[in-house]
Amino acid sequence: MSEPSLDKLARRDLSSRDLSRRKLITTGLAATAGVSALGVAARLAQKYGLVPPDHGGIYGLGETLTYASQRLLTRHSLAREFARGQISKPPFANEIPPLSDAFKRLQAGGFADWRLTVGGMVTRPASFSLDQLKSYRSHSQITMLQCEEGWSYIAEWNGVPLSHVLEIVGVHPQARYVVYFSIDPDWWESIDMGDALHPQTFLAYGMNGGELPVGNGGPLRLRLPRQLGYKSVKYITQLTVTDSLKGFGKGLGSASPEGGYAWYAGI
Amino acid sequence: MISHPRFYWGETGNDLTTPLFKLPIPASRALVPTGYGYVLPDQNGWSRYLHFQAAWVVVFTGLLYLISGLFTGHFWKSLLPRRSDLSWRRFSISIADHLRFKRPTEAEAWSYNVLQRLSYLFVIFFLFPLVIWTGLAMSPAFVSAFPATVNVLGGQQSARTLHFFVSLTLLLFLLVHVVMIFLAGFRSRMRAMITGRAGTRMERT
Repeated sequence: MSEPSLDKLARRDLSSRDLSRRKLITTGLAATAGVSALGVAARLAQKYGLVPPDHGGIYGLGETLTYASQRLLTRHSLAREFARGQISKPPFANEIPPLSDAFKRLQAGGFADWRLTVGGMVTRPASFSLDQLKSYRSHSQITMLQCEEGWSYIAEWNGVPLSHVLEIVGVHPQARYVVYFSIDPDWWESIDMGDALHPQTFLAYGMNGGELPVGNGGPLRLRLPRQLGYKSVKYITQLTVTDSLKGFGKGLGSASPEGGYAWYAGI
Repeated sequence: MISHPRFYWGETGNDLTTPLFKLPIPASRALVPTGYGYVLPDQNGWSRYLHFQAAWVVVFTGLLYLISGLFTGHFWKSLLPRRSDLSWRRFSISIADHLRFKRPTEAEAWSYNVLQRLSYLFVIFFLFPLVIWTGLAMSPAFVSAFPATVNVLGGQQSARTLHFFVSLTLLLFLLVHVVMIFLAGFRSRMRAMITGRAGTRMERT
């Protein structure tokens, strides 16, 4: 029966201290690496435009993951186009906000005085009449309009690609977003340059071969078939090209997040 | 669902088209012809944010579970029915035991019976992938990159209808599960789920 020698005790003490120190160092390193990796990821995401303007708050992480992953997956993809026979008859017209007196005056004049003003970070700010927009080569797409509520319809949309109008006014290279406004002052949205220059993003003035009915957004609405219907704002009167969404409303990118809805609606 | 409690089959559906079926509830949108004289308050904004955030949680925990299950052999050891289980006799015994609410013996409590194994496999490898798939098939951006994911389901509204039924089945599975946990002893089952050990001191002796 011998007592453990002092030497042994000391060694045991030393080894346990060593172990805990080693553990401390590795855990510390792992934690630092983790935090810096997250930091680098956040920086990169910011740099490559993968962070939506409504990234704050408790749902911000989910929104950022959705926007970032879809930006990476769908950079050049085209929304599905349908056969003429798949067009919904009749096209459904959703509830619209009460039309203002200003709108009714323009409507009484056959929308001859309707103007789309384009400004912000552009070389040649301009104001377009509907006739001017119609004088550019007309494009068409048979795509689905899908509402966040759950319903949908397919129509042929006629219009001019937004990219064409942006080309005419000359967008500055540092531009990152296009903000677009309805004649209804509470209704405005924005999209990133990727969506703004996408070939299916239209300023639509026609539907199924005729004029775009007021119930469906006439005389002029944005068509953005890779996102839900609420991004396809009706009665467009103004476009502003910008490098930051901070100065618009509450800085969340559009009226939707201010009303509780996601800015990015590609889902 | 509450903003448009009508379900369709095919690509499109709206107030002007014939639904496959309608839920007998009022809607949170005035235009939907529900037959009710009133409109529910709109809760779509925050609930959509929550839904898609929760979807990411499902995807990440699901991936973690799949990877760990493959590495530990959990799927083969605990979930794949044993060869001896795959007979009509074993099957009917298991069903009869369930219908009689017979409590498992101590030996049985250590592993899953054949009905449990089959239903877990169904939930993990069929319902969860399908609920994610049908969800993504409703995304206009996702299907622009992968159009086949919605085309094989028969269209965007078909995806929505399927998504509804699959989530309903998952909800039913959850409810039945919770009821069974209460029947089997809430404390011991919760302890078993959290610690991964089969359960009470009684069972271990």
